[in-house]
Formats: sequence, structure tokens, C-alpha cells
Amino acid sequence: METNAIIETVELTKVYNGQVAVDHLTLQIPKGEVFGFLGPNGAGKTTTLLMLLGLTEPTGGTARVLGVDPAREPVRVKGLIGYLQENMGFYSDLNARQMLDFIAELNRLPYDAAQVRIDEALETVGLTGESKKKISAYSRGMRQRLGIAELLIKNPQVVFLDEPTLGLDPDATNRMIELIEALCREKKMTVLLSSHMLHLVQKICHRVGIMIKGRMVAQGPMEQLAKEKLGIGSEKFTLEEIYMKYFQEVKP
Amino acid sequence: MTGIKPIVRKELSDHLSSYRFIILFALIAMVSLITVYMAGLQIKKDLEGVAKPQFVFLMIFTSSGAIFSLQQFVAFFGPLIGLILGFDTINRERNEGTLSKLLSQPIYRDDVINGKFLSGVLIIAVMMISIILVITGLGLSILGVVPGVEELWRIFIYLIISIIYISFWLGVAILFSIVFRSVATSALAALAVWIFFSFFVSLGASVLASSLTPDAGSSDPDAVLRRAAIERAISLTSPMELYTGSTATIIDPMRKTNRMFVQMGIMEQLSISRFAGPLPLRQSVIVVLPYIISMIAITIVCFAISYTVFMRQEIRSL
Repeated sequence: METNAIIETVELTKVYNGQVAVDHLTLQIPKGEVFGFLGPNGAGKTTTLLMLLGLTEPTGGTARVLGVDPAREPVRVKGLIGYLQENMGFYSDLNARQMLDFIAELNRLPYDAAQVRIDEALETVGLTGESKKKISAYSRGMRQRLGIAELLIKNPQVVFLDEPTLGLDPDATNRMIELIEALCREKKMTVLLSSHMLHLVQKICHRVGIMIKGRMVAQGPMEQLAKEKLGIGSEKFTLEEIYMKYFQEVKP
Repeated sequence: MTGIKPIVRKELSDHLSSYRFIILFALIAMVSLITVYMAGLQIKKDLEGVAKPQFVFLMIFTSSGAIFSLQQFVAFFGPLIGLILGFDTINRERNEGTLSKLLSQPIYRDDVINGKFLSGVLIIAVMMISIILVITGLGLSILGVVPGVEELWRIFIYLIISIIYISFWLGVAILFSIVFRSVATSALAALAVWIFFSFFVSLGASVLASSLTPDAGSSDPDAVLRRAAIERAISLTSPMELYTGSTATIIDPMRKTNRMFVQMGIMEQLSISRFAGPLPLRQSVIVVLPYIISMIAITIVCFAISYTVFMRQEIRSL
């Protein structure tokens, strides 16, 4: 077992009302890696993220994030991870700055330090000009970027991004991708990215895992998976081909 | 528990800047002012040329100038304040997707519900304290009577009981907002419970009591007594009855018991007729203490249920 793994799960299992959502998942993600988490809807990706965040308790198995067990110390884990949830909500009566203030307060940042971070985060996501506008007037792309800003003010080492580009127009998607790339490259964060945008995953991820019906059916660098499944050398495949191959294999 | 502070702060600012709070506050302030003004005028007219009785100041809370007294008004419509403040506490955040965002921040899950309940109670306290202060001032200028220390204490206790009573209904509303995902359903459910306890329990009590004691005629005093006891017991399941009973005794020092006349024993009737003076404050409190404790208890029970349900809910279904 690698000891430098930032995220580590052993036989992690979750059963909801008799249905297995996550089935004996063993996963290791080293520091600084961008891990692409693929799989059809309802495959258990979000459930895995929730377990890693300590928001839901695993039925079996263990998980560790930065050496902390999320089932035991959920509050500590939540302070260490930045989580961009799927279809996240905002208090639409607040403006961006108030929203970030609130998040900073929940993270117990001292006021002055928080203001510096909020300014930086707004600058990074390009919302400085709109920070006094109410969130109800924001477009979906702006909200998604505000979500990134929320996670930046926590200054986390680990980031979970759950469908960050869902429902965005091409332009907003590109801005989002640029932002995520910047996070990965410049801030050296460990990223767990769950997405259906396979070209995005192919572009920025070091390794991918494909999860179908609660089980991780493939895991590894994309080149390796391509060799195994498609028998072609590097640079010629698309992730989509690999993904579909696995998907068809699992489907009876 | 440090996560509770930002939540309380945010909830308070949300409440205070919401139209809902402003409308509610305006409505209640208006009705209370009119009620007390009418009561004050009536009392003033009645007092003309008469030596002022003791504790006349407290009468502005209990005497009905026009239709109802302030005390009846709070008993009937106070619950609505709690319900309106609380019916969408949790499910609104759940529907908007902000609840899971809140919970993925480094706070405990109970900080959310504690913070929301606490801020609701604070809002209720602010409302009631300001209204009672204004009313006391109004009463002062209409009646021209300065309340004594004991009267002020009685008003203060009345205020505390009112806050507990409305907080109970806030707790009910929060419970429904956790149980029901839809805001409209939880509002309707809360209203239904309010109507049931405020109107039907007292009606049902007498019907049930008389069907349980069919032999109660004028010939059988024991059965009459039993019927009265049953009726009283059933109607005491209504928080409104608890509130009315306790505040009436606190505000009116001449009231010495919560029991009905038929329920009193010979000695009790005798002592009541013999000692005609007002009850000291301490005794008034002792008389209604069981009621106050019951009210605090049902509030805590209600909050405890909400707390457990909320803590056990899976995030996935949030």
C-alpha cells in the first residue's frame, strides 16, 4: 500500500434500503493527482464523494482523506476538502461577497484573512465586477464559478468536483475548464473530478476510474486502459472509446 | 458548537429583512395596539368616579374592549407567528440545494437545526418584548396608572410564557419542515395541527366527556365531577389551554386556581370565599407552575423529535 495516498478507501461499501450503491470500492489517489471519476448516472459516484466527505456513513469498509477518517471526524474532513456539488444551491438573496463571507464564517476564518481570500477568489473566478449583484441575477455559468470561489476560500488541499460543467453553454464550459485546469496546475491540488464530459477528463486527468453499478470496473492511466481495451498506442484513442467499451461489457 | 454562530447571524438577518417578518410584525402590532387601546378606553370609562382597584393596570391585558383581549389574541393567533416563521425552515433549503452546501462546510449537523430554532426564538422574543413594551406604554398613558413592581413582574412572566408558547409552535413548524419535502405541505400540516388544537380539542373534550359519563345528571354529583375532570384533562392536551390557564392566573392575581368550581372540594371553596384578597405573585406562579413546565416540556419534546429526525436523515435524500 502506498503511504503517500491523499485519498484512500478500502472495501468501501454503501447500501441504501437494500440496494448496493457502492460495492467494495478500493481506491488510492496520491498527492497532486487529478483523478477522473467516470460512470453512468446512478453508478455511485456522488455517494462515494459523500462518504469521503463524511456526509453519509459507509455501510462497510474504511476511507481516509489526508489521514482522517471521515466517518469518525466528519467536521475535520469537511474543513479539509473543497466540494463543488452537483446542482448546488445558493442563497439567491445574497450577493456573491455576502455568500463568500458566510462560507468563510462557517469555516471559522478570521475576518481580515477572509476578506483577502475572498478578493483573491473573486479575482480568480472573474466575478470581482459582479460581486455586489444578487446571486438571483447570476447565470448558471456565473453560479458555477461562484461555487469554485466558495471552495477556493477554504484553500483546500483536496477538491471534489461533481459535474462542474453540467448544463453550461459552450463558452461557460470553456471558462470552467480553464478554471479547473488552473486549479490543478497552479495550486497543485489533489482533484477528484466526476464528469460526463469525457474530453475534459481526457484533457486534464492523470488517471481515471470507471464506475458502473457501484463497482470500479477499471482504474489506471488512460494510456494503459487504452492499450488493454483497444489495443492501440498512446495519443490515438479517445476516452469515449474506452468508456463505451467498458460500458458495453458490463451491460448484459 | 462554534458553527452555530454564523447560522444564527445569517438567519436573524434573513428574518429581519424579509417581507414575511415585516408584514407579520405590522399585523400583530396593529391588532395588539387596537385591542389594548379599546380595552384601555373601556377600563377608563368604567373607572370614572370609582376608587381604583388593585392591579388595575394588568386589566389592559385581560379585559376585552372590543372583541377579544390581548391575552386571548396571543393565545389564538400567537401560534401563527411561530408557524409562519418556521414552516419552511429546512425544506426550503433542501429544495434550493443549499442545505447540502451548508452541511459540507465544517460544522456539525445539529448546528444547523439548533441555529435555526434559536434564531426563530430570538425573533419571537424581539417581537413580543417590543409589542409588550409599547402596549405597557400605551396603557400607562391611557389609564394614568403607574404599574407597581409586582405588576411589572407579572407582565414579565407573562412575556416569558408567551415566548415559550409561540416557540412551541415554531418547533412544530420546524418539525413539519423536516418531515415534509414540500413547503406547501408542511404549511398546511402545521395549520391543520393549529386548528385542531385551538378549536377542536375544546369541542371534542366536552363531547367525549359526556359520552364517557352518560349517567351524569343532577342526581349524581360524583358523575358530574367525573365528567368535569375528564373534560378538563382532555382539553389540557391543547397547548392553548395550558397557555390560557397559566397566563390568566399570572396576569390576574384574583384568580386563585386553575380548576373549575365543580371540581373544588368543600374546603377549597370555603377558603376561596373567605380569602378574597389577591394572590401573592409567588403563589400565582406556584398555581400555574405545572402548566408552564408542561409547556416547556412539549416544546423540548417537539424540538427533540425534529432534532432526531434531522440527524438521522440520509444526505442523499436531503
